[in-house]
Amino acid sequence: MQQNTQSAAVEPVSERDPVLRLSGISKSFPGVKALSDVELALYPGQVTALVGENGAGKSTLVKILTGIYQPDGGEIVIDGSPTRFPTANDAAEAGVTAIHQETVLFDELSVAENIFLGHAPRGRFGLVDWPRMNREASEILKRIGARIDPKVVLRELGIANKHLVAIARALSIEARVVVMDEPTASLSQTEIEELYDLVERLKGEGKAILFISHKFDEVFRIADRYTVFRDGEMVDAGLISETSENALVEKMVGRSVDTIFPQRQSQPGEEVLRVEGYAHPTEFADISFSLRRGEILGFYGLVGAGRSEFMQALFGVTRPSGGSVQIEGRAAEIRSPADAIHQGIVYVPEDRGRQGAITAMPIFQNVTLPSLGRTSKRGFVRMAEEFKLAREYTQRLELRAAALDQPVGELSGGNQQKVVIAKWLATKPKVIILDEPTKGIDVGSKAAVHEFMAELAREGLSVIMVSSEIPEILGMSDRVVVMREGRMVGEYPKDDLSPEALVRAAAGYGEEAA
Amino acid sequence: MMAGLLKSREAILAAALIALVLLVESRFSGFAAPGNLASVFNDTAILMILALGQMLVILTRCIDLSLASNLALTGMATAMVNAAMPGIPVPLLIAMAIGMGLVMGAFNGILVWKLDIPPIVVTLGTLTIYRGLIFILSGGQWINSHEMSAAYKGLPRFEILGLPVMAWVAVAIILGFIVLVTRTSLGRAFYAVGGNPHAAVYTGIDVGRTRFTAFTIAGGLAGLCGYLWVARYAVAYTDVAEGFELDVVAACVIGGISIAGGIGTVGGAVLGALFLGTIKNALPVAGISPFWQMAISGAAIIIAVAFNARGERTKGRVILKSAEHAS
Repeated sequence: MQQNTQSAAVEPVSERDPVLRLSGISKSFPGVKALSDVELALYPGQVTALVGENGAGKSTLVKILTGIYQPDGGEIVIDGSPTRFPTANDAAEAGVTAIHQETVLFDELSVAENIFLGHAPRGRFGLVDWPRMNREASEILKRIGARIDPKVVLRELGIANKHLVAIARALSIEARVVVMDEPTASLSQTEIEELYDLVERLKGEGKAILFISHKFDEVFRIADRYTVFRDGEMVDAGLISETSENALVEKMVGRSVDTIFPQRQSQPGEEVLRVEGYAHPTEFADISFSLRRGEILGFYGLVGAGRSEFMQALFGVTRPSGGSVQIEGRAAEIRSPADAIHQGIVYVPEDRGRQGAITAMPIFQNVTLPSLGRTSKRGFVRMAEEFKLAREYTQRLELRAAALDQPVGELSGGNQQKVVIAKWLATKPKVIILDEPTKGIDVGSKAAVHEFMAELAREGLSVIMVSSEIPEILGMSDRVVVMREGRMVGEYPKDDLSPEALVRAAAGYGEEAA
Repeated sequence: MMAGLLKSREAILAAALIALVLLVESRFSGFAAPGNLASVFNDTAILMILALGQMLVILTRCIDLSLASNLALTGMATAMVNAAMPGIPVPLLIAMAIGMGLVMGAFNGILVWKLDIPPIVVTLGTLTIYRGLIFILSGGQWINSHEMSAAYKGLPRFEILGLPVMAWVAVAIILGFIVLVTRTSLGRAFYAVGGNPHAAVYTGIDVGRTRFTAFTIAGGLAGLCGYLWVARYAVAYTDVAEGFELDVVAACVIGGISIAGGIGTVGGAVLGALFLGTIKNALPVAGISPFWQMAISGAAIIIAVAFNARGERTKGRVILKSAEHAS
């Protein structure tokens, strides 16, 4: 490989030739072909977007590019010469680096240590040369426009700055190919803008960038080329300027998608929930709104606007410092999640992995956990009742499982999610709060979630949907509340919705919304 | 499939226990005689009861290292009361032992719940505090057999249907625990809290209160065992049951109760205790030196943990369609 790079240096490649080309790459796992005969080319100074539904093989491809998986067939060509990445280190030495979805960093180490972990500059006696490491770290950070002190402990940084550190780490290796795996998934709008600037800068430095994303607006915003994967095969590739959003979606899902959001005639009924002046000492203040039967109320705002924090207080996880709640016209006091569930409010949190299912427990016990009051008598559980309840709701959600006493951990992610939703529906709630219900899931699954949400509303459930995605907010909500920095900055009925108004209110430019 | 694995893990443990008994029997005829087995069971009663209490605590992702100190302190207290006032009826002393144990368990639980101190730190502290209190209480004096009333000493040994009361107490607690753990909402909460504390919060379970309850129940059982221990061995002194807390944890671990919380059964805890108890009973019979006995007990613990770790190893997510259908 050393020889390869040297020979490449002798005969410089032209602008038109790809830095890295994959040809005929295949990869199988027992029982499934993850990638079959895929092609991919990355050009210097250009961003190639890789799009595809979940399970299309994008992650497998990233792992092959970074030396974590070995392909079964095909070749990786760098600067015209075939090469192999037997280990992650070989990929790094060849100049391929990846920034992962969830940053792989160490909270208790300093920024500089995080950047140089594994290849720290050494001084005499092979000890770490701290002054040089800090100096080089601060140079890299400056290069990507990050104002971060390299000596600071990573724990003290926010999520966006952690991302910048991850990017700095990627660049500390003399990278020529940068793979970004959904880098904007957890960033707010301003942070995303900064990331775009960074991508432009990396392009300017002649890096070849592979950008994996679910969001079409950003693909069209920053990519020069695209490659579409579907079911482990490459179905199309070309220049972004020669395609359209619809064409890409069609190729991705293999069918044409006219209406992504379900059409629904909503006729909200009487008021179910009224919140007045809800406040918390540090997280939010003055939240007042009402919710009617069968209504979908969107909560829009940038990440960190205090929406989830408010929902957690409404659900009784944290205590508000002021304000009142009325449910169906009666004052209700919610001091714990048990109270909230009892009053008919349930909350499906954003972090479903951590806060959702109890994987070692059987399906039926997971489903009945918040409803044990109904399935038990004087503290003793009645299994027949439990199975009945669990069967009713898992059947309704078309759960695929061998048996209801199977542990949830053995189910696939989608089916685990169904167990979590069945659990909440089994409590027969009046209000269901869905926090970022479609975050990080593919287009097809998103449509299924939206359809399901519409069905719940049709059946008379009131839905509060916290979302940071404008199309979802526009497509699903009957009414939208916008929050910024812990306060409500606007409330818009469906007919009055425009993306511009929402973004303006959420980001706080222009005049204040009513 | 995993439930099957757990069941088979208990079956394997039961098989290992039988094999162990037969092995000892083959060398020293009479070990497997019903009378001797009953006495092994009786000898292990306290370990079983404490292992069940510890199981609840471990299920909620906590640990209680103070159980043996709690036992020794309540034991000493009942013995001192009995020695000073032999007229106080034994049931009252037992109630006092359980009450003291409950208070000490609740104290652990409160610190874990309200102050959010890691359980290992809390109970490491109370392990020393409760042990220190024994010395303060007794002034380092022993309470010997002749100072205790006959009723006090006699109850645990009183035989009903060929088994001493102490063994019957263990049987009753085992049955009670089976009901508690598999048939009550509280039992379900222990598993939920340990299996996924964050999810438990969102399902309306009060994680802190559930842990508090587990500590309190374990403490109450330790208090009961305090009476049983001192009455049976007819002696109370500062160092009673010192180090026994580790045997209790070991019994749980051998019995397949996951230190990570959320996994474990009553059968597992009981078999784990019996396995450890049988080894401790058999080795002296076999004339093995006490130092080798310790090494062999330790090896049994490590082998059991290695075995459980294999069973618990995360099997990864089921992504492949074929695997999902197969399961």
